[in-house]
Amino acid sequence: MTQAAIELENLSISYGKTPVVHDVTFSVAEGESFALVGESGSGKSTILRAITGLAPDWTGRIAVLGAPRGHAPDRAFAKTCQMVFQDPYGSIHPRKTVDDCLAEPLAVHGIGGRDQRVRDMLAAVGLDQRFRFRFPHQLSGGQRQRVAIARALMLEPRVMLLDEPTSALDVSVQAEILNLLKKLRREQGLTYLMVTHNLPVVSFLCDRLAVMRHGRVVEIADAEALKTGRLADPYSRELYAASGGTLQPA
Amino acid sequence: MSVPLLDVENLTVTFPTASGPVDVVKGISFSLGRERLGIVGESGSGKSMTGRAILKLIRKPGRVTADEMVFDGIDLTAQSERDMRRLRGARISMVMQDPKFSLNPVMTVGEQIAEALVTHKKLPRRELRARVLSMLEAVRINEPERVAKLYPHEVSGGMGQRIMIAMMLIPEPDLLIADEPTSALDVSVQAQVLDIIDDLVTGKGMGLILISHDLNLVARYCDRILVMNSGEIVESCKAGDLHNATHPYTRGLIAAMPRMDEDREELPVLDHSAWTTGAGT
Repeated sequence: MTQAAIELENLSISYGKTPVVHDVTFSVAEGESFALVGESGSGKSTILRAITGLAPDWTGRIAVLGAPRGHAPDRAFAKTCQMVFQDPYGSIHPRKTVDDCLAEPLAVHGIGGRDQRVRDMLAAVGLDQRFRFRFPHQLSGGQRQRVAIARALMLEPRVMLLDEPTSALDVSVQAEILNLLKKLRREQGLTYLMVTHNLPVVSFLCDRLAVMRHGRVVEIADAEALKTGRLADPYSRELYAASGGTLQPA
Repeated sequence: MSVPLLDVENLTVTFPTASGPVDVVKGISFSLGRERLGIVGESGSGKSMTGRAILKLIRKPGRVTADEMVFDGIDLTAQSERDMRRLRGARISMVMQDPKFSLNPVMTVGEQIAEALVTHKKLPRRELRARVLSMLEAVRINEPERVAKLYPHEVSGGMGQRIMIAMMLIPEPDLLIADEPTSALDVSVQAQVLDIIDDLVTGKGMGLILISHDLNLVARYCDRILVMNSGEIVESCKAGDLHNATHPYTRGLIAAMPRMDEDREELPVLDHSAWTTGAGT
């Protein structure tokens, strides 16, 4: 693991004239799972959006797998890095079948053997083949989130950006999706950058986390510090206590 | 508890569908004193429908039947729509999930809270204003004078939810039904909002029904817990005894939640065939 999968240097992002993220610097090693936590409005999703090119108004440096990012969406970049959104009810085209949805990235990138690839991917995310020609409204929330993950994986990216992938789901379904994400990462050696506000999920899935507040990173800690309640920053400790954890002296 | 505040016997909520009527709540019974009762379940378990049925807020074609639904000596099943309107807000009130959709966007916060009170009681304007401001203070809003003049789009989610709570509690009801009051909020704000509800409810000796999908949260803020699954109550226990739950569904839910000090390689997944009786899921 010589090069970092994601490198952010003095990244500042704004929406129009409003600055949202200030001077964020961190890097995620290849194969690592890194979490961004913080309350709404702290700019954690905005960072993911800037990496994918959905929030083009940024300064600083973003590099993914060693290649610097431009400000616009970029076809070659899409093959290395994909994003899964929070709401499976809103992120899948309602009038396209699962098959269309999964085959589209392949068509865009001119990749052949679509039939077999779609079939393999459905199996990989634990969906039965009979779901292939169904529409999103015929699937449950958990099944839809599996489709969204499958679509992100179609191009065999090495970096996945996950924007609260389980917060719209029930506890039992959340467990299934978390297990799936963990399994996929183990099998394919993926790098995850995940946004969440659920600290126990971080403890289950991630190696390191960055706590954000008001557009700044206030603390970067190992998952171990989270598990033992030894976070240092007063705000991270507040967040930890609010999630039901028992604090230990830092 | 000597005389229960609310007594529900064999409550059923039915909706007609293309494939025949479906019972979303299947004959549940419980009673509530002046205490905090939590109802937990996943989506589709019928927990919100139970809350709505108590206020008779289920519209046609939905149908509510119950052998008995008595609130403080009043038989709710026999009340007309007009009588219900007198009860709602004044005696029983409900906090909904999302302040973005349940506040009136074209009225200021102050006006809305005042309206909740005036509907049930005539008051001189000066006293009304004083009550509104003190209520806003009670839900820990700084500068109540300024906030009362704001419109809902000008306040944050957490503040909106506190405004909702102020609106629901200003007529001093006996029973508060909170349907996922914090699931649209951040973790840090969640605790604040629940602490406020807790303070006001215990301070005034009200009954509280807290409906949520979050087992931990309910265990922290309630005295007693009902666990619902596909329209039935599968477990009823004291909040402190939750870890001794016996029903496989409850145990499955507890196990499926990641813990703060997670060291399991894989989370156990609920096997729905273990207890469902064929119908539903």
